[in-house]
Amino acid sequence: MIDLSTLTIHACHQLLQKREISAVELTRAYLDRIERLEPRVKAYLHLAPELALAQARQADARRAGGEDNPLLGVPLAIKDMLTIKGMPTTAASRILEGFMPPYEATVISRLRALGAVFLGKANTDEFAMGWSTENSGFFTTHNPWDLTRVPGGSSGGPAAAVAASEAVAALGTDTGGSVRQPASWTNLVGMRPSYGRVSRWGVVAFASSLDQVGPLTRDVRDNALLLTAIAGADPRDSTTMPLEIPDYQAALGQDIRGMRFGLPREYFTEGMHPGVRQTIIDAVATLSDLGAHIEEMSLPTTRYGMPVYYLVATAEASANLARYDGVRYGHSAGADTMWENYRQTRGQGFGPEVKRRIILGAYALSAGYYDAYYLQAQKVRTLIRQDFEQAFAQYDALITPVVPIPPYKIGAAPTDPVEMYLTDILTLPTALAGVPCISVPAGFIAEDGASLPVGLQIIGKPFAEATILQIAYAFEQATLYHRQTPPLAHD
Amino acid sequence: MTPAYELVVGMEVHAQLLTQSKMFCGCSANAFDTEPNSNTCPVCLAMPGMLPVINRQAVAQTIRAGLALNCTIGAEAVFARKNYTYPDLPKGYQISQYELPQCSDGWIEIDTAHGAKRIGITRAHLEEDTGKLVHADGVSLVDLNRAGVPLLEIVTEPDLRTIEEVNEYLTRLRQLLVTIGVSSGDMEKGAMRMEANISLRPAGSSSFGTKVEIKNLNSFRAVRNALEYEIRRQSAVLATGGQVEQVTMGWLEHAGRTYVQRSKESAHDYRYFPEPDLPPLAVSREWVAELQASLPELPLARRSRFMAAYGLKLADADVLSADRGVADFFEATLQAVGGVVTPHKVAHWIMGDLFRLLNEHNLDRIPIPAAHFAELLQLVARHVINANTGSQVLKTMFSSGESAARIVERENLAQVSDANVLESAVQSLLAAHPDEVARYQAGKTQLLGWFVGQVMRETRGKANPDLVRQLLQKYL
Ligand SMILES: [Zn+2]
Repeated sequence: MIDLSTLTIHACHQLLQKREISAVELTRAYLDRIERLEPRVKAYLHLAPELALAQARQADARRAGGEDNPLLGVPLAIKDMLTIKGMPTTAASRILEGFMPPYEATVISRLRALGAVFLGKANTDEFAMGWSTENSGFFTTHNPWDLTRVPGGSSGGPAAAVAASEAVAALGTDTGGSVRQPASWTNLVGMRPSYGRVSRWGVVAFASSLDQVGPLTRDVRDNALLLTAIAGADPRDSTTMPLEIPDYQAALGQDIRGMRFGLPREYFTEGMHPGVRQTIIDAVATLSDLGAHIEEMSLPTTRYGMPVYYLVATAEASANLARYDGVRYGHSAGADTMWENYRQTRGQGFGPEVKRRIILGAYALSAGYYDAYYLQAQKVRTLIRQDFEQAFAQYDALITPVVPIPPYKIGAAPTDPVEMYLTDILTLPTALAGVPCISVPAGFIAEDGASLPVGLQIIGKPFAEATILQIAYAFEQATLYHRQTPPLAHD
Repeated sequence: MTPAYELVVGMEVHAQLLTQSKMFCGCSANAFDTEPNSNTCPVCLAMPGMLPVINRQAVAQTIRAGLALNCTIGAEAVFARKNYTYPDLPKGYQISQYELPQCSDGWIEIDTAHGAKRIGITRAHLEEDTGKLVHADGVSLVDLNRAGVPLLEIVTEPDLRTIEEVNEYLTRLRQLLVTIGVSSGDMEKGAMRMEANISLRPAGSSSFGTKVEIKNLNSFRAVRNALEYEIRRQSAVLATGGQVEQVTMGWLEHAGRTYVQRSKESAHDYRYFPEPDLPPLAVSREWVAELQASLPELPLARRSRFMAAYGLKLADADVLSADRGVADFFEATLQAVGGVVTPHKVAHWIMGDLFRLLNEHNLDRIPIPAAHFAELLQLVARHVINANTGSQVLKTMFSSGESAARIVERENLAQVSDANVLESAVQSLLAAHPDEVARYQAGKTQLLGWFVGQVMRETRGKANPDLVRQLLQKYL
């Protein structure tokens, strides 16, 4: 039987090309593993074995007909924020229970055209609002590196699926760190592309000016492959940019000697776990050894990232989630009167974190508060963007930690929401600035007998995904942390 | 009696824009009379993950309207979200221009008892329509066929002072929008919906009174009735020393009265914010120039030209310039008659016989080519047929679509101008009526008309009446 534990897209591609395995066999192997491991990992909200096998059969037929590309016949996990025809889309919310979209996301259509196989819909915090999948309306996903811990979030389902080898790779969404943070906590490579690089059409909206789809992969090469497949302007998403997609593969393996990296001191926050700090110090040493010039610098607006993010994201979310009213689709309470039905449908359908954010967002937009909150946040957002622009006048990239702490135990999250929000403090300013960033495996912290992954964040100029992939690849090849597998790898 | 209070009105008009598709999706903008919810798609049904895309044609139509209303045109099309909850609003927010309207600071000219007056246009902006609720058997049903259809909202300054001015403004605005092809102006289909902001102030005062907003006015008559009602109501309040409350009202057409929809305290907080799904759309100067060039001559300019170039009276020029089809027809006819018929005669025929036939046939477009009409007028001018016959021929032209000359020929309607033929008809008529001849010769000259009529009857209306008259005078 094939060993899935370290299987990458490019490795699959070779096996499929050489006919050492068929797409159907590969898909079956993943479906079998999912069946064995899901009771412990709980990465998927919905599995689609029949659709997946049908796609695999088609992929085999296409390959037999002479077609070839790296994704043809490769089984993927897709976060339940993305719509796929033939599968329910719930955004892990009870309010969308049973919703079957009559369309699918542009990025899914692109992957389908390439012949990728969709194993199912992976878990997330409800409407991507969270850091752990504990806010899922259905269940919490477990971290394959320590099943008693959270995998991170909100793309915790897709991250856990790949980390547990229940998929070759996955697509997540990143609004304020939702790809990078779980990637960091599950030893994966997670990319948040520049805002406007990837279409949001068909992706359930959380915060429109922040949401981006990004790949979660076992290594940097896979990340480049998957990004190439999904990137590019979409006439149905007016926020995508009509830019050429560079050859991301070509960037891999190129020297980073002489590159200049900034190390923003504000990212080494109080309360940072010493293991995380040490990991980043080691990573900086590695990058220096590779010939990069690294120096400490300042991004003075960093501390405004959190308040600005929680005003902008919640304000947009309060409007984006207004459509879930029980009138046209999804859950409906069936109350007697119109207003009562609104109240009950939304009261029953949304979880507490979603409600908290809708209320916060509506408040920030209210008459009398708009100027002080939403408008002020937009002004500061501009300053944050300028902060990055200035930094990139001097540096090719910025190097930071992804999360100040390692994954915590399920149920042991800080109870104070404000303290909890600190979990994504290092991924928020970049999201607000719309710059691309990647989380790449950088080492482990030993805690309670578990080995907990730590990621390194590399931040690039807008639309400079090729540069951060180049740096990430150089780092990855110099360290090889990505080859380490979790304890359940061979279960 | 001079009224104690002066009326101050500002109008808001929502005009449905003539476009192929809805404002943000590919659904038809003209198919909302079809099966409920059949003219919808995941975008206008607000399904998860659906995104709007700006309809450039709607922006173009808005800019054209703005240019015709002498507005400043914004360099970008910027949209905001207007948040409120109602089942006819699928997204839970309406995408609308807010802080930066597409068109601002314009004006439109109207006629008043005291001459021409400019009514200020505060803004004209683009937004999307909602769906509609149908209440039946104790349940409410939602039809979203209309949801997302582009609307142009035109807001005036509080410049209107009488109900007549309001009516004149609405008439001129509708005329303008229809002429430039921005809206159908079809009131029955809801293509224009109005809201009036009305206040009263003591005659001679320069400050404004408390404003009341009257919503859902769907015809000019409803506007007139609602304003009349509010003037009476507010006058009565003020006359007794009371204060008009700032409220939003609705209009009950059947009951003929306004009612309070909501008070100032319970006014909606729409929580507007910039639409993050739509980056501003650049409106280049070249594009605006192109749209300016696409505008036809506007009704008032045409009216002035009709007066100056053709010597028409104001009233006639007004009627002929009000509808672009009629005005075009008038000028095409003038060109085709090539000076044989005067502009005044052409105008007379259009406003008389032609309009009567349009009414009878319940038509809003002239069904015959101007060339045919010109030929008819030429036949009359050249005395091939007389005016009465001309009217008959026009009637036949409406129903058969044939040319005037063909009808005249087929029905043998050419008038008899042969003096010999008419001479014998006159002589035999006089011989047959010696009494009338005697009375005429005794001084009862009014009888001439009777003799003419008799000859016309004899010749089945084909006689040249001028010639008949001459011959009668000769033999009597
Ligand atoms: Zn539609």
